[in-house]
Amino acid sequence: MYTKSAAVYVAGVGVVSAIGNNTAACLQSLENGVAGIGPITSLDTIHKNSLPVAEVKLTNQELSEITGLPATVSRTALLGMKAAKEAWVDAGLSHLPALRTGLVSANSVGGMDKTESFFGSFIQDSQGGRLKNVVNHECGAVTELVADAVGIKHLVTTISTACSSSANSIFYGARLIKHNILDVVVAGGADALTKFTLNGFNTLQILDKEPCQPFDENRRGLNLGEGAGYVVLVSEAVAKKLKNNLYGRLSGYSNANDAHHQTASSPEGTGSYMAMRGALSLSGLEPKDISYINLHGTGTYNNDISEGTAIRRLFEPSYPKMSSTKSFTGHTLGASGGIEAVFSVLALKHGIIYPNLRLQTPMQALPFVPETVFQKNITVHHVLSNSFGFGGNCSSLIFSKL
Amino acid sequence: MKTFIRATGNISPQETLGPGPLLQDLVIQTGNRLACIEPDYLKYIDIKFIRRMSRIIKMGTAAGMECLLEAGVKNPDAITMGTAYGCLEDTGVFLKKMLTQNEEMLTPTAFIQSTHNTIGAQIALLLQCHNYNNTFVHRGFSFESALLDAMMLLEENTVQTVLTGAADEITDASHAILSRFGLYKKEPIANTDLFASHTKGTIAGEGAAFFLLSNQPSATDYASLDAVYTFYKPAGIVEVEEHIAGLLEQQGLSLTDIDLVMEGNNGDATGDGIYYALDKTIFARHPKVYYKHLCGEYPTSTGFALWLAASIIKNKLLPFALGHSPSGDIKRILVYNHYENLHHSLMLLSAC
Repeated sequence: MYTKSAAVYVAGVGVVSAIGNNTAACLQSLENGVAGIGPITSLDTIHKNSLPVAEVKLTNQELSEITGLPATVSRTALLGMKAAKEAWVDAGLSHLPALRTGLVSANSVGGMDKTESFFGSFIQDSQGGRLKNVVNHECGAVTELVADAVGIKHLVTTISTACSSSANSIFYGARLIKHNILDVVVAGGADALTKFTLNGFNTLQILDKEPCQPFDENRRGLNLGEGAGYVVLVSEAVAKKLKNNLYGRLSGYSNANDAHHQTASSPEGTGSYMAMRGALSLSGLEPKDISYINLHGTGTYNNDISEGTAIRRLFEPSYPKMSSTKSFTGHTLGASGGIEAVFSVLALKHGIIYPNLRLQTPMQALPFVPETVFQKNITVHHVLSNSFGFGGNCSSLIFSKL
Repeated sequence: MKTFIRATGNISPQETLGPGPLLQDLVIQTGNRLACIEPDYLKYIDIKFIRRMSRIIKMGTAAGMECLLEAGVKNPDAITMGTAYGCLEDTGVFLKKMLTQNEEMLTPTAFIQSTHNTIGAQIALLLQCHNYNNTFVHRGFSFESALLDAMMLLEENTVQTVLTGAADEITDASHAILSRFGLYKKEPIANTDLFASHTKGTIAGEGAAFFLLSNQPSATDYASLDAVYTFYKPAGIVEVEEHIAGLLEQQGLSLTDIDLVMEGNNGDATGDGIYYALDKTIFARHPKVYYKHLCGEYPTSTGFALWLAASIIKNKLLPFALGHSPSGDIKRILVYNHYENLHHSLMLLSAC
């Protein structure tokens, strides 16, 4: 039974990214303007000294000690577990019995970090390579490592729509609550840096050799990052038992397809415009109601002009504050929607706006400029979070203050 | 709420694509790997796109297009996809080049097309379809999640038609790796002898099956999809039985309302034990059919099963290929499958 008007609340958050190993540490870095982008230390790659990335500052061994998962499993699972566990504990649901709880996760390449080490031996000899390194290759296998460790069983699934994956997992989770299929959903995504992804993006020539400059006239590309971000979504009935700890409400969401090109966005930003408009429409809000946009803002020439054009079309003539926190975390692909959802609800809860780092020359084609300094004591009513991906998959979420 | 299956498009190791008698000639392959019968793609996809597409992308796209052709729908209101492995061939190509060429001289095509959402995205691109588009990648729940997404969208009443599909391929590499995990039979076997083998392992399969689902009935609907339900890692047979009873109860039905049970037996002596146990208890009085001798085992084989169950209801015919002929009309089918005893799913269909 679907109830359109049923509210879905954010009761807990968890994040691990290049700017912090937990929510508090990430917030501190956002306030201090400290980015997590630097030289590659974890991957064995020829691009080590030429392509900066945003690495999580925890080794697999350290993540293993914190999470209890073996250090030998995919780093994506380790990162996912770290953030999902934080969100789960933060929500403080364990005293509530018999809740129907699900995990809706997302990632872009599953256990690829391990598959890479398997495949080198395998292509030389089909009996070569250790099977334990490929057993969790599938995207869903990574999710199950987390589900099993947290003890979530009622519903487990995984979405992969490239860079919009975890925005989709969050609103799929919300819909499962609105349809009364679940009471609680841990939703978000995780992705670890891999050579596969690094080389893939490098062939597309959209990686910046310097720290990225989203929405700058002279932007050169994106920096890949890694991490995980999860929110704990709860139904109204569950929320009533948890009043002290709610971050906000997921009031709008939408998914549209750009249908322009497998990897490039349309110049007019058709998909992103439709996603933002759809989310506004569902929430019953007007563009002027949005206090802050957490931009997709990758720093590629193509994304930023496409997204910016869509924002101009939708918001003209008055623009909300906006910024790309990818200038801090890099582009964490399947995790980005989850990480940025956490940042979005923190903006609501704490009344803060994040800066868009390294913005030197605003884009001439756009009539607005993202924020460049951290701002406190702002009343943030509604935050729009954008996530756009390969395959034209565009999704937008709106979080609203209670 | 009823979800109507208005049209299908199914590329499988059998002759299943497009109109024609239902499984008239059983295709027999011997070995431990059933390969899809591929159509003439020119009928479905512009030649300049075909050249760049890998096999699974072509199969998925063509199955989706056939489904839309049959439905007479040019642009569905949403597209939802399930694929456990994504585009394995392209993933393997890029990985291999990256490793053997020491990360040098790489080209983007295989990487671009390795992304799990490529099939759904390519269909959207070909149709210029800007609507909702989602891809689920959760092993033996991939297709069921896509179905649930579609059914929720239809119930939300924001859409009237959803194109929902399942697609997975076997590649030489995936077959070699999964063989090492002991998934497949060591001895060559004809698919028609799958259920007589009683040995360890199954036969690998693949396929691309699409469905045009709608909340509005039409004169040519196959069947109604009344429920899809998944459960993860049940503790034992009793829990499986509880889930099945729970779903039926939720639908206001009892076991006697089910005319036919379609089970996911795959010939593996251990895994099939679960089906055989149910056959002695809750399904003891039901006519039962299996489907994996037709399509092989893969995580989204329930796409094939849904096509088969819907086709049986539409055609009012149980084809010989299922080796069974129960009496009476088949108005309601329950499909029960498990993948590796991890991912269990139920699909309930009825005549419109």
